[in-house]
Amino acid sequence: MTTPAVRIRGVRKSFGRLEVLRGINLDVYPGEVVCLIGPSGSGKSTLLRCVNHLEKVDGGRIEVEGELVGYRRKGDKVYELKDREICRKREQIGMVFQQFNLFPHMTVLGNVVEAPVRLGKARQREAEQAGRELLAKVGLAEKESAYPRQLSGGQQQRVAIARALAMRPRLMLFDEPTSALDPELVGDVLSVMGGLARDGMTMIVVTHEMGFAREVADRVVFMDQGRLVEQGHPSEILERPSHERTQAFLRRVL
Amino acid sequence: MPAADRTAILDGGEGGDPRGHGDDVRAVPLRHPGRWVAAAVVLVVAVAVVSSLVTNERFQWDVVGQYFFSSAILSGLWTTLWLTAVSMSIAVVLGIVIALMRLSPNPVLKAGANFYTWFFRGTPLLVQLIFLFNISALYPVLTVGLPFGPQFFEIPANDILTPALVAIIGLSLNEAAYMAEIVRGGINSVDHGQTEAAQALGLRRSVIMRRVVLPQAIRVILPPTGNETISMLKYTSLISVIAMPELLYSAQVIYSRTYETIPLLMVASLWYLIVTSVLTLGQTYLERRTSRDRRTPETFLGGVLRRLRPHDTRVAAGRAHP
Repeated sequence: MTTPAVRIRGVRKSFGRLEVLRGINLDVYPGEVVCLIGPSGSGKSTLLRCVNHLEKVDGGRIEVEGELVGYRRKGDKVYELKDREICRKREQIGMVFQQFNLFPHMTVLGNVVEAPVRLGKARQREAEQAGRELLAKVGLAEKESAYPRQLSGGQQQRVAIARALAMRPRLMLFDEPTSALDPELVGDVLSVMGGLARDGMTMIVVTHEMGFAREVADRVVFMDQGRLVEQGHPSEILERPSHERTQAFLRRVL
Repeated sequence: MPAADRTAILDGGEGGDPRGHGDDVRAVPLRHPGRWVAAAVVLVVAVAVVSSLVTNERFQWDVVGQYFFSSAILSGLWTTLWLTAVSMSIAVVLGIVIALMRLSPNPVLKAGANFYTWFFRGTPLLVQLIFLFNISALYPVLTVGLPFGPQFFEIPANDILTPALVAIIGLSLNEAAYMAEIVRGGINSVDHGQTEAAQALGLRRSVIMRRVVLPQAIRVILPPTGNETISMLKYTSLISVIAMPELLYSAQVIYSRTYETIPLLMVASLWYLIVTSVLTLGQTYLERRTSRDRRTPETFLGGVLRRLRPHDTRVAAGRAHP
């Protein structure tokens, strides 16, 4: 089998005395779409945020494309990397947040080209050209000079996806991308994500959208109380969950 | 609602007039006699003040007029203005540095910034200025060199610490402590999600601060900075104690010679009022420009004209279509 795009081994994480992740093992293979589901407080978002080092792990390790995230191994110790080196690693990992977090003082196109231009990936003009193509891809070509607050939540989230894609990441993390949206706006965002999945993007998606998980995911992972309870093909996990806690959770959300 | 509908409702709708009061039912608004009394008191005080301004000859308004545009006063005013501008500019830059130190994860930087703020906010500006003016008693010779290392050259403190330099250093060091708090509040007001989104894109900390956080913090920082500028203009009068000819000291120099104390204090006060009024107008304009709702951009002149026109419809229209 090919090397995993993301390899998570024995990851532990606590906030104060609260243990949020209690030894997680998970592999995500290139081109795979993995949906993390589970009750709130189960540690799904924290796990996702550990993958690009927005949260530091307390134990265990996470490798993206064979390299440790945020750390460097030397002998039998790991050392935390410098800001500059962590940033270089994060460039390859796109992330989309529940609250969009677009930069409100920049136009839509400005949001999309900011990172590639600042990080010297492209010149302003090339970045704008690429940015327009990405905006067309998420169906917002005509909104390039609007400001985020002039857009609906669904449009903002699609801009956020375009912004993350502008860095040409090899892995995309989605942290409850549709949870802050009005129900009628969810569909547009999910269809953009579905298109991305069909293009072969490796994706880890924390979501409560069981329909999306069923149709798009290659694998569904159920987490509860900081542990990975069970995983498998969506039809398996969503239709015939073997674990009692998964059954209880699905009864509540479906 | 058309007027016809309104009367229909007051009529009781269903054609009834059960109590027989007729059609003409009028609502009598609540009277506020207390407001009239309070207004009368204020008016009486106002009239008393104005009449004393006019009738009390010891104001010597002719002397006020005589000195209002005199070259000594105008040069003092100029000193006050540039001193405010220079000190405020330095204070803003220094304030940002101290605010970033306070927000830094490094405990030593944080403690240093806290100590700075504690010291400069905890002692009066006047004391700081006099202290600085007499610094040559503490350090008679200023040396340039490495701490505990070689020294390159030395200068007597009194040679470089002119009143102007003492004034700039004193005012800006003090103001920086207040600006640091304002900048810190502004930076903290920016949602942490902004920083996280920028981090996730791979942007470095310094770039995130410059491109993402500070531009958004500005809206929170700008209005109180306007207030601080106005305060700074008034605090420059403290510089008179170190004999630097700013506006107040220029007036003092004249009245110590002519004994026309009151009229010259009036001259200084009127100039302070004029400048602070202009600054307040500018501040209002800036606040409107940077306020959260930027959907109705308005020029300064346009705003003034709109206020002068009574019953402007644009106010109501703006609310109806936000």
